[in-house]
Amino acid sequence: MARPSAVVGIGQTDYRRQLDVTLDGLVRWAALDALDDAGMTFADIDAVVIGKAPDALEAVMMPELSLADALGAVGKPIHRVHTAGSVGASTAITGATLVESGRYERVLVVCYEKQSEGNATWALSGGRSGGQGAGGTFAPWIRSYISRSGAPEHIGWKIAVKDRRNALKNPHAHLRIDDISIEKVKESPMLWDPLHFLESCPSSDGAAAVVLASEEVARRSPRPPAWVIAHAKRTEFSSFPGRDTVRPVAGIDCAEALYAKAGITDPLRQIDCAELYVPFSWYEPMWLEGHLITPEGEGWKLTDAGETELGGSFPVNASGGVLSSNPIGASGLIRCLEAANQVRGTAGDYQVEGARVALGHAYGGAAQYFAMWIVSSDLSPEFR
Amino acid sequence: MNQAIRDVAVVATSQTSSYRRFDDSEPKLIMRCVNDVLERTGLQRDELEFTIAGSCDYLSGMPFAFVMNIDGVGAWPPVYESHVEMDGAWALFEAWLRLQLGDIDVALVIGSGKSSPGRPREVFPLQTDPYVMAPLGLDPVSLAGIQARALLDAGKATERDFAEVVVRSRRDAQQNPHAQVTKDGTVDELLGEPYFSAPLRMHDLPPISDGAAAIVIAAGDRARDLADNPAWIRSIDHRIESHHPGLRDLTRSVSTELAAEHVGLADGPVDVAELMVNYSPEELLLRDALGLPDGVDVNPSGGPLAGHPVMATGLIRVVEVADRIQSGSASRGVAHASSGPCLQQNLLCVLDGGE
Repeated sequence: MARPSAVVGIGQTDYRRQLDVTLDGLVRWAALDALDDAGMTFADIDAVVIGKAPDALEAVMMPELSLADALGAVGKPIHRVHTAGSVGASTAITGATLVESGRYERVLVVCYEKQSEGNATWALSGGRSGGQGAGGTFAPWIRSYISRSGAPEHIGWKIAVKDRRNALKNPHAHLRIDDISIEKVKESPMLWDPLHFLESCPSSDGAAAVVLASEEVARRSPRPPAWVIAHAKRTEFSSFPGRDTVRPVAGIDCAEALYAKAGITDPLRQIDCAELYVPFSWYEPMWLEGHLITPEGEGWKLTDAGETELGGSFPVNASGGVLSSNPIGASGLIRCLEAANQVRGTAGDYQVEGARVALGHAYGGAAQYFAMWIVSSDLSPEFR
Repeated sequence: MNQAIRDVAVVATSQTSSYRRFDDSEPKLIMRCVNDVLERTGLQRDELEFTIAGSCDYLSGMPFAFVMNIDGVGAWPPVYESHVEMDGAWALFEAWLRLQLGDIDVALVIGSGKSSPGRPREVFPLQTDPYVMAPLGLDPVSLAGIQARALLDAGKATERDFAEVVVRSRRDAQQNPHAQVTKDGTVDELLGEPYFSAPLRMHDLPPISDGAAAIVIAAGDRARDLADNPAWIRSIDHRIESHHPGLRDLTRSVSTELAAEHVGLADGPVDVAELMVNYSPEELLLRDALGLPDGVDVNPSGGPLAGHPVMATGLIRVVEVADRIQSGSASRGVAHASSGPCLQQNLLCVLDGGE
């Protein structure tokens, strides 16, 4: 029967272009850092779970086969998850499930993408040249959000600046734009109206890893564990008449299931900070609303009031987020592990003071796959 | 490592025929299987509390091909669902562990693939190391040939042994309505055929196939409610070996031996074994690794040599064993799935009729 699991080790590569590191080297880098953080070696690991976006991004089919050696998986189970952009969070959830099932004590979860080895926009267009890519898919929905909510145009610019400023505090971040400003964002080229170049995520290389462990192992861990309090996933069709693409029902259902499992009744007050999957600036208010953190139409006001900044009442993407680093298949796991960093008190210069409960989130496909977890410094946090 | 303790069983199965070329879409193959297991169990779609599928984008030649597959599952209202880029047998592994958490009781597992649109011998070399091996274009058939040669050189098998596996597989496949290859032929006739990738002949290879399979699993009393004779999953385990063929003893399947130990295969006798024998010599390796005595019925369905819808092939092995347990013709069995060149990764699932 279900038992608790916890993050006891975190590892991340640098997310800048890594032309001198192989795929094996990249995943091993993150894995060794996570093991070191957990006070473990590969020998301690019972099972490995890997996740990434489509194999076609690097033209390596079923990469668990060729990465087994680099990840110390020989003689062990290695499992491979693929749920589009949400995959990093889905893989974290699979890792937690393996521990919660009672079958494995220590599970190594590794996600990666090496965009420099392929052409992501080609692959994100379903492998068709001249396709619209992710920005082209999401821009009309963002425009629709703006028209529905009446949000002013500067909200997107403001988020782009906030996340890039946060990235300056994160040694792993890909983009480091010292002189980032509202002016600079709005003067950058328009890619997909209303999204400017600087409101979009970069193409990054990188791997991220966590060690998930049972309660017994976590209690003996050298550094504070981040307890996985709840996790949830939901999926809906990509397209059908009447589908609300701005506020997908799967996103609402997923959040409801997550909060119910965690015992959270007032997410804005009871969750201290969130790492939301925001590949394009406007997705911050869209997910604040779409995951019931604020009422509908109110998300952008939280952003506009500066409350989602580091130091605000509900910091979002203190790490710099997907807008600053986007090794696609790893991006969801990075959200989950940055949430864990916050509640472990290991977030360094971007630590949210007193963070006790944090949300890690990812979405994927045509905003149709959702995966989230809540982590806490307490095994049984009380919510009032 | 702890053992999972919650009793979980296969309560319904479905598989499509293995087609040389299915002209309609992969979601259509999936939908057939899903509708079939719903009908067999009387379950409504919303009673499937968790769904997990295994498929491979590369077979369709399209990134995110699996996204289309949910059209065959049904995802409105939204569903709790996941996907592995692995054979459906690994989806079963995850679903079985997911049910151990105790909060949900029923899960749907799917495996599907269409190899016919592509050229497998050009696609599969992308499974090999991307910097050293992949550029050589070394494909699974050539690698299987190397493994077969290693068996011959070690004196562990003869070409006649390979042909005997094929003859028996094709003969058994004649009783399997889903089978694709059911030709007659004697061992001597097969040995008279030319080499394709020496020492392998064309008949030592699996066919190119399209197809899908689905399984509903349920926990405890829910399983007893949904099926008269559930096939209880006693354990599932999978193990991987080094990716570099030169670092492995190709005349043994060490990862299968390890998995057999971890599922407790030797704890009791088995009546039936469905093995993912993609190339005939693999049956000899697997029999050896599993320590199967002569009386065990191996691949009564004909196995993958009679039909190989990649990404469903492993899950179909579980379907075949579960069907025999549910019908009462077997009381304990083992299903095997593999992935990667030269049986690099192997999964075992032990099932029995319980009580």
